[in-house]
Amino acid sequence: MEAMQQLLGPAWLPIWTLVKIVIIVLPLLIAVAYLTYAERKVIGWMQVRMGPNRVGFFGYRLWGLGQPIADAVKLMTKEIILPTGASKPLFLLAPVLSIAPAMAAWAVVPFTKDWVLANVNASLLYIMAITSMGVYGVVLAGWASNSKYALLGALRSAAQIVSYEIAMGFALVGVLMSAQSLNLVDIVEHQAGGFWQWYWLPLFPLFLVYLIAGVAETNRAPFDVAEGESEIVAGFHVDYSGMAFAVFFLAEYANMILIAALTSIMFLGGWLSPFPFLPDGFFWIAAKMSFVLFLFLWFRATFPRYRYDQIMRLGWKVFIPVTLVWILVVGGFMQTRLGYLFH
Amino acid sequence: MITAIKRFFHTFLLIELLKGMAVTGRHLFARKITIQYPDERTPQSPRFRGLHAQRRYPNGEERCIACKLCEAVCPAMAITIESAQREDGTRRTTRYDIDLTKCIFCGFCEEACPVDAIVETRIFDYHGEKRGDLYYTKEMLLAVGDKYEAQIAADRAADAPYR
Repeated sequence: MEAMQQLLGPAWLPIWTLVKIVIIVLPLLIAVAYLTYAERKVIGWMQVRMGPNRVGFFGYRLWGLGQPIADAVKLMTKEIILPTGASKPLFLLAPVLSIAPAMAAWAVVPFTKDWVLANVNASLLYIMAITSMGVYGVVLAGWASNSKYALLGALRSAAQIVSYEIAMGFALVGVLMSAQSLNLVDIVEHQAGGFWQWYWLPLFPLFLVYLIAGVAETNRAPFDVAEGESEIVAGFHVDYSGMAFAVFFLAEYANMILIAALTSIMFLGGWLSPFPFLPDGFFWIAAKMSFVLFLFLWFRATFPRYRYDQIMRLGWKVFIPVTLVWILVVGGFMQTRLGYLFH
Repeated sequence: MITAIKRFFHTFLLIELLKGMAVTGRHLFARKITIQYPDERTPQSPRFRGLHAQRRYPNGEERCIACKLCEAVCPAMAITIESAQREDGTRRTTRYDIDLTKCIFCGFCEEACPVDAIVETRIFDYHGEKRGDLYYTKEMLLAVGDKYEAQIAADRAADAPYR
């Protein structure tokens, strides 16, 4: 590595950063592909079915592990249909606007103490700013398609994401009050000392709010009114096909993984091991992310879709008051000698 | 007041939601009921109504006497029959066609037949590759009957005590 650094001179930094980006994005895309497989399997099992189990490799079935690859090839070779009434530049820009924030947010996500692309001090702010951008892709897709279903989906999605972002932001305010830092690495380091020290326990209501708001943010069931296939066909992406649709799909699942990573970092101690005698490491954050993702799939298999007004009621009249109350509780305790309970 | 407090905790501890998740969680480990079709098949009744067949007597003589009861009873009007007198003086069909794209597999033809000539077999996974492939003529129906006679006869025998 030293020799390479000598050889490339000033070009070293951008090239090394690009390499690191590839190291993050490539496994992320593979994880997205296999998350779709896991989703179909888990939901299948919960519905007493088997899920995909035919497509394998080299003539072996391998429990259907080849399914996501077959799906990807299918989506890539399909035609991207441009509706006649659609606004072409915006129609094609929307999927890009959707996936870009889903990928960009990973820049500051720490996988272990040292495995982080950009260890910036305001990483929490960066995350909140970047994830808010995702809704523009959805809104633009709905508007540019020039279709009523798409527009309805985009409207619902916009209102829903804007409302739940507030609750989500407040939940994170609790975290940064406890950690006294906006830096994700510091936030995790602050939770050291076993699973009873992680923030899910002292900030339990905020943890729940964050998790549920995360489901709503990513437009997942039971908050998937933006897609609402039984009412508005597929919502904002009705008119998308082929790779353009695949990009939306990638963005949705990349966002899911991102929310899982953030939940693990903020509330479940990131790469810290649950017991002090076990070594910390990437394994733990991977396990926690898998657990949260499994919860996402479990929710989808269990709950029927919320009605639109119920979503709004839950967001504004339950989550925001709950987070505000708990922030007050945390703040109040921090002024007393019991403040150590909240670190 | 007490109920209000109870309700509060009931709601905020997500009791109902956890109950729902327990149900799906249990089913995650339940034995799967999927039948993997081409490899495994569900059991079939002897009365199964699938692809039609024309039967013959053991001596090779075709059973159908062109009475046209099946044509008359067919609610989908899928059967077309033309008949003529054969050299030996018996009435036989010169044409016996079933349009399987019209057929609704009600089994009335089978019920109406006085000589058990037209029957429905257990075969349900047949296909046509171009238009007209599912228009079965007399020869095709007889061929099906010749091929599956053993199964057809066994099914009739199994069902005989109940009719």
